[in-house]
Amino acid sequence: MSLEVAITHCFGGFQLDIAFEAPPGLTVLFGRSGSGKTTIVNAVAGLLRPDAGRIALGDQVLFDSQRRLWQPPHRRRLGYIFQDARLFPHLTVRQNLLYGRWFAPSDRRPDEFDRVIEMLGIAPLLGRRPGALSGGERQRVAIGRALLAKPRLILADEPLAALDEARKAEILPYFERLRDETRVPILYVSHAPAEVARLATSVVALQDGRVSRHGSATDVLGDPAVTPLGAGAAGAVIEARILRHHDDGLTELEAAGGLRLLIPTVPRAPGTPLRIHIEAQDVMLATRRPEQISALNVLPCRIKALRMGNGPGALVQLDACGNLLLARVTQRSVSTLGLQDGQEVFAVLKAVSVAKGAIAGGPEPG
Amino acid sequence: MSLLGPEEWQAVALSLRVALWATLAGLPPGILVAYALARWEFPGKQVLNGLVHLPLILPPVVTGYLLLLTFGTRGPIGAALKEIGIVFAFHWTGAALAAGIMAFPLLVRAIRLSIEAVDPRLEQAGATLGASKLWVFATVTLPLTLPGILSGAILAFAKAMGEFGATITFVSNIPGQTQTLPSAIYAFLQVPGGEASALRLVAVSVAIAMAALIASEVLSRRIAKRVAGA
Repeated sequence: MSLEVAITHCFGGFQLDIAFEAPPGLTVLFGRSGSGKTTIVNAVAGLLRPDAGRIALGDQVLFDSQRRLWQPPHRRRLGYIFQDARLFPHLTVRQNLLYGRWFAPSDRRPDEFDRVIEMLGIAPLLGRRPGALSGGERQRVAIGRALLAKPRLILADEPLAALDEARKAEILPYFERLRDETRVPILYVSHAPAEVARLATSVVALQDGRVSRHGSATDVLGDPAVTPLGAGAAGAVIEARILRHHDDGLTELEAAGGLRLLIPTVPRAPGTPLRIHIEAQDVMLATRRPEQISALNVLPCRIKALRMGNGPGALVQLDACGNLLLARVTQRSVSTLGLQDGQEVFAVLKAVSVAKGAIAGGPEPG
Repeated sequence: MSLLGPEEWQAVALSLRVALWATLAGLPPGILVAYALARWEFPGKQVLNGLVHLPLILPPVVTGYLLLLTFGTRGPIGAALKEIGIVFAFHWTGAALAAGIMAFPLLVRAIRLSIEAVDPRLEQAGATLGASKLWVFATVTLPLTLPGILSGAILAFAKAMGEFGATITFVSNIPGQTQTLPSAIYAFLQVPGGEASALRLVAVSVAIAMAALIASEVLSRRIAKRVAGA
């Protein structure tokens, strides 16, 4: 089941005009604040009625301005995970979790509750009230509450934005499990490239109320034309597989086209698919293979595209054996080295510059 | 009760009954009007707001006389209600009606404030979880408004207990029928040797008022704690 959205909406001088299709899996709406992400999610949820357009989930039409069709939010059967959790303060955690079940069709498996509680690790919290929970616990309960409403679509509006780094790291794996274990499509709003890199099956990049790019995470993040947050935050995603572990604390990965990468040890079994997020500013370029250099990854590449920024910088899109990489260099380097499209170069990447948080279990193929 | 004479006791009991009914019967329309004023935009909203608050500003005698004109046995509504056996004029139900009307603005005000304090984002969350507007109201808005409803009700009860002007104008001062606590005090003060009875009723008034205040404080603190989710 996939979600089709095509809406226009005008408010406060801001014009939103977007169309995209979210396939099963996790689709990230990616863009800076003010690009219309939350407006889209609220329109899908039915909390906001767009000026015109159509929203359909599988064969269920949620909104169609031409046919004057509008389903109120409570008939849409969605699970909305808000940035601020929005747990009901007058109910216990258990009552919060069961709230949506009251209204959901009753053909559910009886073990669903226990399964969700177990997955989110919230069994010890059931008797408490939301006021007595930490931010991370609250967000886990909010995820559980959305799941137990037996949704046909899960919406998540920057569910990690209000949390500190440690709590983010605590919640992220639950979204990975959600993506891999449920068949329900997930629409996930984010402005954090690392989250996009870890979670996205597909990415809808938004800029000023329009879709600037739509595709897989590797395609969208590897495109130098798509930098909704500025070139400084650009970074590509490489999908790879663990080849072997070395006993000096390094793990060797193999990506498409036989590309080998060395990164700090990832404690998973050889063969495990991985996704790594490589920030453009961590990649250096050389026109000849550098020797006697401490960086462990020297990757032969071809320049696919060059994009000059407004400041001193430039973004270079590289093709490394079929994998897309981004390098952020100065325009001076571009002219000194005489870089141009189609040129063979070497990308230099320090093994340690791949941060732990940027590594994620990739989606299983198929 | 040996402290009070039968006539005094009658007045206290009647006042409690009148105030209780005025409050209970006022609650459903009070919650509805408060919700409408807090959450809906509709033509005539300011007129409704003004009508609700009118008894607070008008001289009580005026309110009482207007009630007599409309709900009296020859008034347009009073005559119609008499056909189906409901009588307000010179009856304890009339005292309850007058007290209820006079207390209504206080009730609505307190409830409206607490409805406005309920985070609409929680109501949205309820809607996305499958609750219709009515269910959201019953399971989210209403429980979160409970402290306001309670304090509004106590306030209205106290106001109804003390109502005098509108009541005496509308339903007069008939012992055992419409002679509430304040009208009894007034009546005792009009006759020689009535000061002792009046004083006893004054003491009872103070005691009831204090008890209501303390009860409301304790209850609303307990509910507020519950609603805050701690």
